[in-house]
Amino acid sequence: MTFSPQLEERFAKMLACYPEGRKRSAVVPMLIYAQDETGAVTEELIAEVAKRCEVAPLQVDEVVGYYSMLHRKPLGKYHVQICTNISCMLVGGEELYEHAKKKLGIGHKGVTADGQFSLEEVECMGACSWAPAVEINYDFHHFVTPEKLNQLIDALKKAH
Amino acid sequence: MPTKLYNEPSPLETRVVSKRFGLENSHTLDTYLANDGYKAFRKAREMTPEKIVDEVKASALRGRGGAGFPTGLKWSFVPRTSPKPKYIVINADESEPGTCKDRLLMEYDPHQMIEGILIAGLAIDSHKGYLYIRGEYRYLIEHMDRAIAEAYAKGYLGKNIAGTGFDFDLYTHSGAGAYECGEETALLDSLEGKRGIPRMKPPFPAVAGAWASPTLLNNVETFSAIPPIIRDGGAAFAALGTPKNGGTRLVCISGHVNKPGVYELPLGYPMLKAIYDVAGGIPGGKKLKAVVPGGSSCPLLKADECDIPMDYDTLAKVGSMLGSGGMVVLDETTDMVKFALRIMRFYAHESCGWCIPCREGTTWLRKILQRFVDGGGRKEDVPLLGELSKNMLGRTFCALGDAAAMPTISIVDKFPEDFEKRLPAANSQLVVV
Amino acid sequence: MAETVKLTINGSPIEAEKGTLLIEAARANGIEIPSFCYYEGLTLQAACRMCLVEVEKTPKLQVGCTLPVAEGMVVHTESQVVREARKGTLEFLLTNHPLDCPVCDKGGECELQDMAFRYGAGESRFTERKVHVDEQQWSPVVYFDAPRCILCYRCVRVCNEGMGVNALGVSNRGAISEIVPNRHDYLECDECGACIDICPVGALTSGIYRYQTRPWEMNHVGTVCTHCADGCRTTLGVRNEKIIRGNNRDRSGINGEFLCIKGRYGFDFTEHPERLQSPMLRIKDAGGLDSFEPVSWSKALEVVAGNFAKVKARGGRFGVIGSNHTTNEENYFLQKFARQALGTKNIDHHRSGDLLTFFDALSDRANVLATVEDLYNAKALLVVGSDLSQQHPLLANQIRANVRHHSAHVYAVTTGPVREDHQAAASVRVQRGGELAGIESLREKLKAETDLTIVFGDAIQGESLRKLIVFGDSLLIPVKYVCLVDYSNSRGAFDMGLIPREGGMSREQMLASGDLDVLWVVGANPLKSAPLASQKAFVVVQDLFLTETAKRGDVILPAASAYEKSGTVTNVCGEVQKLKAAIKVMGAKSDLEIFGLIAKEMGSDVVRALGIWSPDKVFEEIRKTVHGYDVSVPLIATGGAAPTMPLNGRVPALPGTVASAGDTLFTSGTLSRYSKILNSVMEAPGELYAGKESASGS
Repeated sequence: MTFSPQLEERFAKMLACYPEGRKRSAVVPMLIYAQDETGAVTEELIAEVAKRCEVAPLQVDEVVGYYSMLHRKPLGKYHVQICTNISCMLVGGEELYEHAKKKLGIGHKGVTADGQFSLEEVECMGACSWAPAVEINYDFHHFVTPEKLNQLIDALKKAH
Repeated sequence: MPTKLYNEPSPLETRVVSKRFGLENSHTLDTYLANDGYKAFRKAREMTPEKIVDEVKASALRGRGGAGFPTGLKWSFVPRTSPKPKYIVINADESEPGTCKDRLLMEYDPHQMIEGILIAGLAIDSHKGYLYIRGEYRYLIEHMDRAIAEAYAKGYLGKNIAGTGFDFDLYTHSGAGAYECGEETALLDSLEGKRGIPRMKPPFPAVAGAWASPTLLNNVETFSAIPPIIRDGGAAFAALGTPKNGGTRLVCISGHVNKPGVYELPLGYPMLKAIYDVAGGIPGGKKLKAVVPGGSSCPLLKADECDIPMDYDTLAKVGSMLGSGGMVVLDETTDMVKFALRIMRFYAHESCGWCIPCREGTTWLRKILQRFVDGGGRKEDVPLLGELSKNMLGRTFCALGDAAAMPTISIVDKFPEDFEKRLPAANSQLVVV
Repeated sequence: MAETVKLTINGSPIEAEKGTLLIEAARANGIEIPSFCYYEGLTLQAACRMCLVEVEKTPKLQVGCTLPVAEGMVVHTESQVVREARKGTLEFLLTNHPLDCPVCDKGGECELQDMAFRYGAGESRFTERKVHVDEQQWSPVVYFDAPRCILCYRCVRVCNEGMGVNALGVSNRGAISEIVPNRHDYLECDECGACIDICPVGALTSGIYRYQTRPWEMNHVGTVCTHCADGCRTTLGVRNEKIIRGNNRDRSGINGEFLCIKGRYGFDFTEHPERLQSPMLRIKDAGGLDSFEPVSWSKALEVVAGNFAKVKARGGRFGVIGSNHTTNEENYFLQKFARQALGTKNIDHHRSGDLLTFFDALSDRANVLATVEDLYNAKALLVVGSDLSQQHPLLANQIRANVRHHSAHVYAVTTGPVREDHQAAASVRVQRGGELAGIESLREKLKAETDLTIVFGDAIQGESLRKLIVFGDSLLIPVKYVCLVDYSNSRGAFDMGLIPREGGMSREQMLASGDLDVLWVVGANPLKSAPLASQKAFVVVQDLFLTETAKRGDVILPAASAYEKSGTVTNVCGEVQKLKAAIKVMGAKSDLEIFGLIAKEMGSDVVRALGIWSPDKVFEEIRKTVHGYDVSVPLIATGGAAPTMPLNGRVPALPGTVASAGDTLFTSGTLSRYSKILNSVMEAPGELYAGKESASGS
């Protein structure tokens, strides 16, 4: 199994930066980076990471279920993550999330039929002082109102 | 990379670690060097490791991640000599609800943190560091990769740093979404490629940490405070705060305030002043109901308990914690039961599952609180919430169990009326069976 | 003398060795501190929090299973606060645990039941919805009920550290954490069942035992496993003359709790429908074809005795091939029968290890034979020419535990990858026949050890075995040896004299002899791999099944298995243990009884010459006449293992070959062919030196 040249380069650096005989350390970073390219943590990816990090597939599998950002099923092209934890909740995070559900027509961890969007209610993402906070893929958005969310989503829809 | 800040700074701040925030290209090495960058490192290079640690001790700097352990003391636990290489691990897992400061330090002043890491390397004789960044902060991982590459290119990382003969390698390492990985031993397991399960202590990470080797683990802000401490002296830093609670810290004010933001305030700054003067008070002139002093793991304070200076020891004395600096302000409209539920949902979701009281306790408490919010609360649930929380407190493998129990106990004890209000009318007279 | 520490537990003064864990110090003094996740021999976890106790001068409750005793420590294990903590923790545990007791296999032997009964929390305040996940079947022998799992992680540790298989892991997080098998929804492993036995609750249950019975309805019979030569004790659970399960949870025996799939599950051959249950005579049927007619015992014995007497009278040639599975008493009696009653020296058995050269080369030495326990204590071990974890799983387990607990050094010189490689200080791959060169290459490393135990397979025999002893001597350190043999009483077969002493024919020679008049085969299947030259030979076969050899038999006598009779067996390390009959199978008789009945049929002279054919009486004679077997009767009568001292000077050479049968974890000669369980698992028949995927050691 091969990845894009940039990713292969990153993996090569990764495997070299840990102490001798400690390739296992690369498992989690490899999975989360590779996931972006493969769409999800597939059986094939697990076997590949296990091979490259010199561990048993079971040891990679154990890790996949533990970390929230690793997913076995593909998400939408744009994964909309909305925080409803305490700081965001106090300034409308929950309402924003409910709004997003209606706007996209899907629920928590749902994917739109065209595969463009997925939605997740997430825990604190580290933007508490600029709440309500939304992360779309890896991009942060602050002070998000329902209107602003509409704009963000519509812009992404149009860009397609 | 925008240097536009996410919130307006406040004139009331005392900017030490955040002094370069807002400067044009503050994140570049050139800007850093032009603004006192690497003065501390050169000074430290001429000091003995013991002297460096003494200076950090003199600063009364305490861990800015949440536990508030005296940093100089922690550094002194790393054995002087070791047959195994020693590592430095930087905790940039920042996941404590209410906390958003380490993000800024990496975004606006990455080289300050790097310099702090290098000074730590000098202090404990370590030449390799790993920057563990939470997976959601992908843009910051890339940002740090660029800053690190810049440092290497200009001779400020790698071999013979700044011509001083000191070598150090620094790498970034991505997390993948797990709050428990902010706990230092769970972070180490995650760094080793495993599930983020905390470890038994002893052995402490200082003796056997990453890959069974002596490891120094500190928060981003803690490392960022090191260059100012070495450059201007520990005593000067200490003097900014209160006795045994030295220096300043980044306070993340959020919730029901007019000017939420991250502000650098000296230790001992009055809490009410922070809320009303720095953060502009509560919108709509509403009354203050409660404050989460330092992240969701802390017991909450009622409005009438908030007239206190914010430092580690005072907060501990009033039965709470200074924690991670995530101060969340709640006004009179806040439904404390919903608040308690959201907190417990968080801990139940993030519990690693290793030990019985946390794993089962957080889930049970969440279910009771959910039932309460959904209208099915019973009078006997209220003391039950308190009892179950106390059954978790002090009994769990790591502090997450305490972190779930403490705010819950504080809410149940201090805001019984909120629970009363949610009881269906018929139930409110029920006698506990 | 280790340093001792004085402390106080519940007001009583206690003394313990420095470094002892508080929970162990308490237990050693009869004070029970409950625990789920703490398990002797496995890494410490401090996960279940049941062992929290009060230690004066410390603010929080302390974890008893990780706290070493300290001088002057004052501990309270039954104070109010400790009891409430236990009750609270149990209450938490019972929130998701389903109330399956009425249908759960573990009921009656469940540690959670015991603790709830003892510490309260049987009535829960939990009124929410429990998390439910459907039961899963991970293999024919392993079922997993996730809701019952208390996440003590014993199974994961016993599989990873204990067995070195690494087939179990933990997935997900928090309250939905789940034990997962290595192939997603099924297990590919040794199928040993250790995970099932170590599970304190009914989360992991046996597919064989599931829903069959309640533990108190069974009779538990402690006997010795009938498969490989390691000699594990297996406690068979019997109900209504049917063996329902095997385990060794009572830790009696040299194997502690260890058992492999054969010891735990390989008992169902006893009830295979093709079990011979009646004596049979070969006849020509109406069409002139060979067929077997069931006859009465008296008829069969008459034919056998009659033919034996006739052949003896005219000075014909007998050949006796004995078994690797029959008891010492049976072997002793058989060779006595052959030599004294039949007047023949042509006695042999399938020899799977070169004990002959072994005993000859070691001659008169003392302290050179290692016992099973020695393998756990040796400072260094060298494994030669054997895939131990497949062929001698108990020995492999001892070595593995030795490395884990004592940091022993293990070396492997084998023809392919073996599980010992993961722990080995050095592994050398050789071609069969090149073992000595491989061992020689380790000379410097081995010389630096303080002692060494060498375990070797059949590739080392004859000359190479003598050279191995020379090599051992040249290291100038104490060296012990284990000469591997295949089956449950292969050692006993040799020790009792089922060998062609003083000019007798070997097994091969008997089969090749064109004028053999009688071939008497007891519990062996030589005709599976070689033809019988003598067309005229009268063949008597005693066995459990209609094997290839039995099919050539003129008289077939149904024999009892080791689980159906008493007697003693000697394991690969020369340790004698007593069998105890667990069940009776209709129609079959023990081989010893059959010998006695044939003797009786042959007449009182024979009976007088051979003596009484009761196992106890025969063993008395063995103790007196077989060198090294004057072992303690009380020791073995109470379930112990007594080491024999067989070295008795030089041993004259004998004809015949030595070759291991090459069984794996899932095969066991004839017996495994008739075990549905052993054949039901996907790993069967298994492969030696297969080198499965290795898990990272860290």
